[in-house]
Amino acid sequence: MPEESKKKILKPLKNFPLEEHIASGHRACQGCAEVLAVRHVLKAIGPEMVLAMATGCMEIISSPYPLTSWNVPWIHVAFENAAAVGSGVEAGLKALRRKGRVPDKEVTVVAMGGDGGTSDIGFQALSGMFERGHKMIYVCVDNEAYMNTGIQRSSSTPFGASTTTSPAGKMSPSGQNTSKKDMPGIAAAHNIPYVATACPSYYSDLMKKVAKAKEADGPAYLHILSVCPTGWRIPPEKAIEYGQLAVDTGIFPLYEVDHGVWKMSRKPKQLKPVADYLKGQGRYRHLDETLIAVIQKGVDEKWERLLKMTEMTGPATSEQPAQEE
Amino acid sequence: MAEKDLLTGEHFIHGDAACAEGGIAAGCRFFAGYPITPATEVAERMAARLPQVGGIFIQMEDEIASMAAILGASWGGVKSMTSTSGPGFSLMMENVGLGMMTETPCVVVDIQRAGPSTGLPTLVGQADVMQARWGSHGDYGCIALAPSSPQECFDYTVLAFNYSEIYRQPVFVLADEVVGHTTEKVVIPRREDLRIVARAEPQAPAHDYLPFDSAGPLPAPMAIAGAGYRVHVTGLTHDERGYPVITDVVQERNVRHLVDKIRKNADKIIRAEQIHLDDAEVVVVAYGCTARVARQAVEDLRRRGHRAGLLRLITLWPFPSQIVRRLATTVKAFIVPEINYGQMAYEVERTAGGGVEIVLMPLMGGSIHTPEEIEEAVGEYL
Repeated sequence: MPEESKKKILKPLKNFPLEEHIASGHRACQGCAEVLAVRHVLKAIGPEMVLAMATGCMEIISSPYPLTSWNVPWIHVAFENAAAVGSGVEAGLKALRRKGRVPDKEVTVVAMGGDGGTSDIGFQALSGMFERGHKMIYVCVDNEAYMNTGIQRSSSTPFGASTTTSPAGKMSPSGQNTSKKDMPGIAAAHNIPYVATACPSYYSDLMKKVAKAKEADGPAYLHILSVCPTGWRIPPEKAIEYGQLAVDTGIFPLYEVDHGVWKMSRKPKQLKPVADYLKGQGRYRHLDETLIAVIQKGVDEKWERLLKMTEMTGPATSEQPAQEE
Repeated sequence: MAEKDLLTGEHFIHGDAACAEGGIAAGCRFFAGYPITPATEVAERMAARLPQVGGIFIQMEDEIASMAAILGASWGGVKSMTSTSGPGFSLMMENVGLGMMTETPCVVVDIQRAGPSTGLPTLVGQADVMQARWGSHGDYGCIALAPSSPQECFDYTVLAFNYSEIYRQPVFVLADEVVGHTTEKVVIPRREDLRIVARAEPQAPAHDYLPFDSAGPLPAPMAIAGAGYRVHVTGLTHDERGYPVITDVVQERNVRHLVDKIRKNADKIIRAEQIHLDDAEVVVVAYGCTARVARQAVEDLRRRGHRAGLLRLITLWPFPSQIVRRLATTVKAFIVPEINYGQMAYEVERTAGGGVEIVLMPLMGGSIHTPEEIEEAVGEYL
């Protein structure tokens, strides 16, 4: 009987693996969508993996003894070197497999870091990993600032967000005054087999992309927007909603670059105005109409550019997703 | 009336904030840094304060870039500073060497946490003492100041800037997590009571100017970019003009100068607080937050009539060798409590020679000594 009821509940989540590779009971803040993203990524990969994780929120909340959350081989590295350590794991496994020292089975090597560990301090290691062509997945769980040390800006912090090191005020009306670094674009420029953006608010899309990344014949890069109620100053129960809004306003478009072919994963007929997304977030509270217009303009331009990329690179009979309301 | 660049008056702030205020008071107008516990608050304060005084705060992509940026800013003519903790301090080391070799004044605040590697990010350590001294490859002189309170975070950051200008090199403020996160009264003095060393400008005509002259007791004044002097700045071994000369002869002059400018001026640089040392039988040598505990222990012992004394190190580097050497002839033992597995204790042992007992009281990090522990250790030799 309980089995059946479980089945019923899980019906909409067809093929959703039940195994948990990151256990609950960790120390993430209420409403943390980053740990949700990690959970989905691990589910999609399965237990045969080695995970190298940079210093950051996910490392801190998951590992203090005796409360490890990890049900997979996991190594905490320094801040800047998850991609490099992952490269070593991948190369080491390859050598051992060749010598017959480890069973000849597929083990997915994953390196994971936050936006600081990926777009700032770990950037060089990441680029090296792409260039050398390691068959592994790099996952950036992007909550758009250094949340672990208390909300300092990173190069992935969007224009207009107030953080403790880009405080909004008289001297700096916008708070953060540069735009978010285009990590997926930079990854794609390395001509690696697979690059995708994802958001746990759209978990089936996320998990499909992880599965593709796993099958890629070289480095794969996943950039996951991870809503952070603590750092964005929103109520914890709104995390999923803000993830959806980020996608539906075009602030964080979902797309993939599969062997150089750009493809939208979600293409609303009409983007919602960015103001819908910005309002209610404490980090954007200081924005006035002028600044919101600047953000809207940036989003529109980026969206157009993305569409052009899909047209330019896509096959003539491209399988673009049906337009959604 | 306090002005924005000097908040004269009494404040209730933590050590990290006091380091930032000390920097601004000393004339620092450029800060490049990277978030790291427990030093992030220095950067946060600078991010809010520097724009108010016409300065620039930049958050860099890592500590390598932070250190490089403050060297660049210094050559651009601005007093510059960064702050970090263990892992970031490690990353800075190559550029610390560049700063030493190019004789570039700047200040690095290291709020020490327990290592190695990520260690205890939020808890106290004092294990960067030897890294500060020897962390970058090659030989150079080192100045490192260890504050014991938020007030001293202010005072010694000012002093560090002064030293960096006089001796033309990166100077370290080696605070620790306890001092950095302690909130206490900090008195910021009036402008006329504050000694600030301005950057010296070269007086020689352009064709005679030697930016790396080593003939005098102090380095030559530094010509900043755009001041009309032709200056070649390089990390290669260079002659007095700054041009790379890859010979043992020039290397001999170059490196001797980098070491000797500190070694020969050590008497002027060294600061140490000597408490009850005149008739002391046992001397506690301590610094940073540990010095405050040690002071309590020594005062307690004195009240009970024991001849205990405290040598509180303010400059860890240069190390006050002469004081230790002199004490070594009269005391029975040196007790060295520190939050590492024996870094300063080696230095005390080395300078004291063999005739006196050296007792290391190590803590690996994450906690501080209690006065009782120190009293007990001292008591064994009384």
